Amino acid sequence: MSEADGIMRLRQPISVTYNWSAGPNATSHLNGLLDGTLVGKRCPGCSLVYFPPRNGVCPKCARILGDDVVVGPRGTITTFCVVNVPFLGQKIKLPYVAAQILLDGADISMQHLIQECEAADVRIGMRVEPVWKDRSEWGPSLENIAHFRPTGEPDRDMGVEAGAS
Amino acid sequence: MADLCAVVGVGQTKHASCRADVSIAGLVREAVDRALADANIGIDDVDAIVIGKAPDPLEGVAMPELWLADALAAHGKPVFRVHTAGSVGGSTAIVAAQHVMAGIHGTVLTVGFEKQSDGNAMWALSVPIPFGMPVHAGAGGYFSPIVRGYIKRSGAPSHIGAMVAVKDRTNACKNPYAHLHEPDWTLEKALESPMMWDPIRFVETCPSSDGAMALVIMSEERADKHAGPKAWVHATAMRSEPTAFAGREQVSPRAGEMCAEDLWRKGGITNPAKEIDVAEIYVPFAWFEPMWLENLGFAPRNEGWRWVEDGVTDIGGSLPINPSGGVMSTNPIGASGMLRFGEAAMQVMGKAGEHQIDGARKAVGHAYGGGSQFFAMWLVSSSKP
Amino acid sequence: MARRDVAIVATAQRPNEVGSTLTSVELILPVINDVIAKVGIERQKIGFWCHGSCDYMSGQPFSFVAAVDAIGAWPPIVESHVEGDGALALYEAWVKIQTGECDVALVFSNGKTTSGPIDRILNLQADPYMVTPLWPGFDSLAALQARACLDAGVLSEADMAEVAARSYRDALNNPIAYAKENVTAEQLLARPYTTAPLRAHDCGVPVDGANAIILAAGDAARSLAERPAWIRGIDHRIDTQRLGARSMTESSSAAIAAAKAGVGDDRIDIAELHAPYTHQEILLRRAMNLGEGTHVNPSGGALVSNPAMAAGLARFAEAAESVFSGSADRVLAHCTSGPMLQQNLVCVMEGE
Repeated sequence: MSEADGIMRLRQPISVTYNWSAGPNATSHLNGLLDGTLVGKRCPGCSLVYFPPRNGVCPKCARILGDDVVVGPRGTITTFCVVNVPFLGQKIKLPYVAAQILLDGADISMQHLIQECEAADVRIGMRVEPVWKDRSEWGPSLENIAHFRPTGEPDRDMGVEAGAS
Repeated sequence: MADLCAVVGVGQTKHASCRADVSIAGLVREAVDRALADANIGIDDVDAIVIGKAPDPLEGVAMPELWLADALAAHGKPVFRVHTAGSVGGSTAIVAAQHVMAGIHGTVLTVGFEKQSDGNAMWALSVPIPFGMPVHAGAGGYFSPIVRGYIKRSGAPSHIGAMVAVKDRTNACKNPYAHLHEPDWTLEKALESPMMWDPIRFVETCPSSDGAMALVIMSEERADKHAGPKAWVHATAMRSEPTAFAGREQVSPRAGEMCAEDLWRKGGITNPAKEIDVAEIYVPFAWFEPMWLENLGFAPRNEGWRWVEDGVTDIGGSLPINPSGGVMSTNPIGASGMLRFGEAAMQVMGKAGEHQIDGARKAVGHAYGGGSQFFAMWLVSSSKP
Repeated sequence: MARRDVAIVATAQRPNEVGSTLTSVELILPVINDVIAKVGIERQKIGFWCHGSCDYMSGQPFSFVAAVDAIGAWPPIVESHVEGDGALALYEAWVKIQTGECDVALVFSNGKTTSGPIDRILNLQADPYMVTPLWPGFDSLAALQARACLDAGVLSEADMAEVAARSYRDALNNPIAYAKENVTAEQLLARPYTTAPLRAHDCGVPVDGANAIILAAGDAARSLAERPAWIRGIDHRIDTQRLGARSMTESSSAAIAAAKAGVGDDRIDIAELHAPYTHQEILLRRAMNLGEGTHVNPSGGALVSNPAMAAGLARFAEAAESVFSGSADRVLAHCTSGPMLQQNLVCVMEGE
């Protein structure tokens, strides 16, 4: 048997570098993050407030989002999961809670981390607030918020909204 | 207006976490050769080929259908590629069928595949996006909060997911092609399985597989002359909706409900739970079985979990779900939907072997993808409509 | 032959640009809304939507999923996606209409060709075991083909320069074309090689673009357009990709597709050929037997603006517009995919 008979797989790393565009409709949102302000956008069609303003459009109305709206900083957990699985590229210590958070004044939830409480104590309806990183670490990213933590306020009844986005 | 068409051949690979013994082309050809042999035709009898797979970065080959033209002896023929996320295996079979239903081709070969071991699936499924917040943990991190929403809404007890997992893993032992053959699961053991993405336990998640599924679809004129069993396509349906918008219902997406309503209407089905003999539905996390039972209109809202608990969806139950072992036992993403469609066809053709449901005459294949937003379904039968 | 008469009734294209800072959703949304506004149809009357794009173009798996945000998919819609040029999405929509399941379909495509190294990205279409690891590059594969054609005497460098000069001059009349220049073949031949025997003008200019087209059947088409561009024949075929296993001096798949689409049945006024390289236009003209009476690529073609994955559908838009305006009666639209004209889609359209 020659050496070649043993070759079953070959490793071929592929590297391609891209320029990623946030798009002009995300500008006020990203500038807000640089400033510690949570800026969403209101759809001129259905009047609902998107945070973050996904691609700057309302997927229901197919319209470019309109006015800037400052939301939060507090919000309510609509649903969550406790992550126990390590995976490539993960920057967060296990286990952690990834929650859908509906910021006050926004109409769509966003995903972020919950810390400063036991995973077992996290629940749908829990009120939370952002904990920002040191300002020196800020960039145009939601990563400026290290995590959210419970505020201690009474839970909000999410009722039929539980599990909705 | 559309012509009738029928599945006359079904072929799949042995699925495994790593099929290092074959190239991508070899994997695809293994399923294709079995489908052609099952249909008792040669590859030269094929008029056109429709290929589906999930994102190309899973293997690192862009638009691999171009390179695979050689392996499929497709020179001088039409080759068509579909990509609709996780639902792609289903939508690919539908696009293939429509080439026949439209009277364009008489014999179409369709194949769905994924060779996930050739790349890094966890990376390819959750590439971090600039400006966002990298809290995702693969597909489980996305779907587990939705499962939590279902549990809260329906009041389902926490062991339902484990029950589905045990059923599917047990069923898979009757399917020689299934990736996971794990006969020793019991409910007690499953409940001890570690929480991966709470409330989803490790046993309640699907594997990552290499595999392919191929179907031969013929026009009515050709199928009538064709010896052997057929799966007549009574109806196909597809629906899509955006990933996220304010107030979106994620537990039971409207697109899924509409897709099912369309399928039942086209197929003349008024009482799905009674008229359908078996269904192969796309369940990558065990909890999606009760959720889809409700979304498809089989079970009333918030009652799906009771059907699981009562054994309705077992092989011996009144509506067996995934007798093949389903996605829970075999998940080559780009092939998973076509496996559902093909397994449904095998049931009404009487070719499902040990996991055959006795007397199955009408079966449903179902696939979904993206953030529970792309749906593809078909209804097949042992007889013409 | 096709059982239903289907026509293109409206098109929309955004001006081609380099280095766009828009997201794919922001690229797509205006052309979708524009094409819908042109026919004044309610969104709910569109029975099928089909999108063409490529994940590797944006470096993001499932990149097409975000495009659903751009099309107003609520209430849920019947929708599909092809990993490839929008012209293939148009083919899927044509098939769908032929089944009778819908009468009106909207197809669209987008390509942000300048956000990544397109020559390297398209290299990933090659055999992953034997060819891709060599990273030959897409331009280099085309150059191999051009060299073979030159050596076989099928064409000359002057012929290639003539194609480029005509395209760059024609582009002066096309407001959305990216590259345009009043130039002669002699002037172009004096410029240096980039990937010999190709010069810069022999290679399509990578640009960012998006476009959308509405298809309709029978009476629906007549009610939506004054002069619809009726699809009389459409077909696509593929060749082997393996270097050395196919003739580099002809395109058999284009010839078969053209014959099936009925190109030779009558004179073609305008042919919009998706030829990203000058020698490929010549090969395509030969494969389809297009004569002197056919004006090839009056838009300037993919040479002057090549938004990958949208350049083929752009050919359909340009060809259909020439029927709408009455400047042509019988036109051809073509799309190619893969290295060295591997896959070819050909469509013949007519005015009434």
